[in-house]
Amino acid sequence: MKKWIPIKLIVPILLILVLYIVAIIIEQKELAIDLNQKNTAPSLTHLFGTDWLGRDMLIRTWQGLSVSLTIGIVTAFCSTIIALLMAVVAGANKKFDRIVRWMIDLFLSLPHLVTLLLITFTLGGGVKGLMIGLIVTHWTSLARVLRVEVFQLNNSEFIQASRQFGKNYIWIVWHHFLPHLYPQIIIGAILIFPHAILHEAAVTFLGFGLSTDQPAIGIILSESMSYLSAGYWWLAFFPGLFLLSITLTFQYMGKQVHRVMERNDRYDSGVNN
Amino acid sequence: MQILSFLLKKLTYLVILLFVVALITFLLVSLSPIDPIRAYIGADMLQVSPEQKEQIEIYWGLKESKPEQFISWITSLLKADFGTSLIYRAPVSEVIADKFFASLLLMGIAWILSLVGGIVLGSIAGMRQNGLLDRIIQLYSYVLVSTPGFWFGLLLLMIFAVGLGIFPIGLASPIGMLEGNVSFLDRLYHVILPALTLSILGTANIALHTREKLIEILKSPFILQAKAQGLKGFSLYKRHAFRHTILPAISLHFASFGELFGGAILAEQVFSYPGLGQAVVDAGLGGDVPLLLGIVIISAGFVFVGNFLADVLYKIIDPRFRKGLMKL
Repeated sequence: MKKWIPIKLIVPILLILVLYIVAIIIEQKELAIDLNQKNTAPSLTHLFGTDWLGRDMLIRTWQGLSVSLTIGIVTAFCSTIIALLMAVVAGANKKFDRIVRWMIDLFLSLPHLVTLLLITFTLGGGVKGLMIGLIVTHWTSLARVLRVEVFQLNNSEFIQASRQFGKNYIWIVWHHFLPHLYPQIIIGAILIFPHAILHEAAVTFLGFGLSTDQPAIGIILSESMSYLSAGYWWLAFFPGLFLLSITLTFQYMGKQVHRVMERNDRYDSGVNN
Repeated sequence: MQILSFLLKKLTYLVILLFVVALITFLLVSLSPIDPIRAYIGADMLQVSPEQKEQIEIYWGLKESKPEQFISWITSLLKADFGTSLIYRAPVSEVIADKFFASLLLMGIAWILSLVGGIVLGSIAGMRQNGLLDRIIQLYSYVLVSTPGFWFGLLLLMIFAVGLGIFPIGLASPIGMLEGNVSFLDRLYHVILPALTLSILGTANIALHTREKLIEILKSPFILQAKAQGLKGFSLYKRHAFRHTILPAISLHFASFGELFGGAILAEQVFSYPGLGQAVVDAGLGGDVPLLLGIVIISAGFVFVGNFLADVLYKIIDPRFRKGLMKL
């Protein structure tokens, strides 16, 4: 592993940080309602155009982004913890392993979006319902990866030796598993992020998530549906593009972290870069 | 015999799975703070006297204990009685059957589109590894994978329906036409844009997967020999690589029925296409618990069928399994 962090990794992290900080700063700002300026096409004063109340779409989108990013970070963090716990529990013994496999299968047996709708419906929507729904549905794929890793580690010689020395499972998890798993954990967490914000936008778009008075890209897009036939394309185009660039940045970040952390995979790095 | 026991195992699994899904959805809904009577009556709640409310509760069996409620629900489910939908005022099974056809058409077309598109793109990219075309296809796929599908649908709608006026803005049939007069062509015409929206995510996934698989196969010894014998380009692909790439791709594609269903919910919402996806959204927003639970269970069955077909494809169609060279 190289000692310095490559520029390709710093750029996306800085980008997200700056976007997020600016979003937090402008979040509190009341948007000026200017009915003389309603539904104007993008121009130099309003880069993303304005909506039906004359509010600037760029600022609205950016404010929505702060909610999305917060939800994404919380989801990624909590889902990763659940995934790790599941993998560790599965590694403890065969019976637990079967239970964990059943849990994963069960969550994958319903369409992801249907599970989300069901959970947000029963919790009555809102940020809380949405957040819980996102957290309990995003851990499965990472848990699968980590479970296999734990399984392999469990069978490796140094773990068996450690067990022979009388170390208990918790000790082994802490001192042997975690140091081995942490690249996967970090990459997994980063890759949960874009999924979470896309699902957040989708659920909100369908009307199950955030309430309409909150700034959110899903709300903006579902609002824009009423104006599409009037030809106000900018109401949908730019906010979606903004969302897309965020998810792309995260995908890119995940890929770069992967490259930095798994330098010893250099064997076929020529293929995957 | 082997196949029989395989089928039996899968069937048992399905029964247990559906039972657990039913149990969990029941628990979720009964733990939720939603009052079923309030959800049913809505704004007229003030006009209902406490006595009337009590009568409805008795009529609906809300006074019974939770396990009793669950057992009576499960037994009626076994008789294919899903209850009555509150918003459509019709038996849930009828509503689902009606909507399922429209959704099936949408999902079927999207499924085939993304399979064919994905394999073609992935194969080109894999054969031209690290070439310009490969880079373009990879970039395209990575971008599409991160694209919110419903936003893409909105873009298509703006460009082709609003801007150019080539396709209809929504619905599954022309406005003001009776159900019986709608021809299959009308339906097809209305399904194209939603299906295209729905297919893009699958296309990108299949393309990336096919590419990886193809690159892996191109490293194997038999390809080296084929190359040594002078085969290259398309004929090499057709004779030696095609069959190896297509099976995993189809399998993967079957296994992604869940994503297909989720995508259909969004695509149907964008295009006001009256299918199962729209029904589940309406059911959720309108507090129509019977319909919501019905669709949840149907969607679990749908995903199961996809996974089952994926399994079968691998184990029965692949000649290496069929001839017993590999274990079932």
